[in-house]
Amino acid sequence: MRYLTARKRAEGKGAAHTGTAHHWSMTVSSVGLAFLLPGWLYVFGSALGQPQDVVVATFGQPLPAILTALVLVVGMRHFAMGATTMIEDYARGSTRKMLVIFAVSLAWVIAATGLFALARMAL
Amino acid sequence: MAEVKRAVRLQERPHERPLSPHLQIYRPQLTSVTSILTRITGNALIFGVILAVWWLLAAATGPGNFAVADWVATSWFGDLVFTGSAWAVWYHYLAGMRHLYFDAGHGLDLPTAEKLGWACIIGSVVLTGLTILVVQ
Repeated sequence: MRYLTARKRAEGKGAAHTGTAHHWSMTVSSVGLAFLLPGWLYVFGSALGQPQDVVVATFGQPLPAILTALVLVVGMRHFAMGATTMIEDYARGSTRKMLVIFAVSLAWVIAATGLFALARMAL
Repeated sequence: MAEVKRAVRLQERPHERPLSPHLQIYRPQLTSVTSILTRITGNALIFGVILAVWWLLAAATGPGNFAVADWVATSWFGDLVFTGSAWAVWYHYLAGMRHLYFDAGHGLDLPTAEKLGWACIIGSVVLTGLTILVVQ
């Protein structure tokens, strides 16, 4: 027998049934990205168009490498969760599940690929 | 007779009611357009990220791979994707700042919300131009 009333169990969890965890995670990652992105855009934009040895040397340095790794991990988590929100708005049932799994997987594949490239250049 | 037909029709199709926000007669507003652009730019950025990560992987794995990826990334197609991505990232950046401001309970009156919308649009174009000037 459950002693909590239905109201007490539902309170604070909203339509998502998980409370504000998703929204808060987006808030935290957005602030992180706000600090990371201007510097990363400068690093990436400056490297684009350079010969390969210059590109490898650039991303082999600590600051560009760490910045790129953070942008990849935080950015791809932010993308996976944002894309999930969009999919949940427009798709239902099995389509929704497959699209969410695809978006989350794509984000991890991109993050892993980028980290591998960084490791190759920086280590 | 007409009433009976109408009643029958209504019974056959009980779910045909106007849907909110009723797209046929919906008048787009600055606030709604700038909101949907936040979602579009955020999700579309995945294409720029894919091109950027492919280019990084190619740079890490050898001259042959880099030649192909760098050719694509610096072609007119690459310029289009990266210029579009630069605008998208700055728009999403400013709109995200606006979101944080809204979340804190500020700027929700219509005149302020519309000013913030214009700030996102104009600011993103200006920052895109600045970014291209700085990194070219």
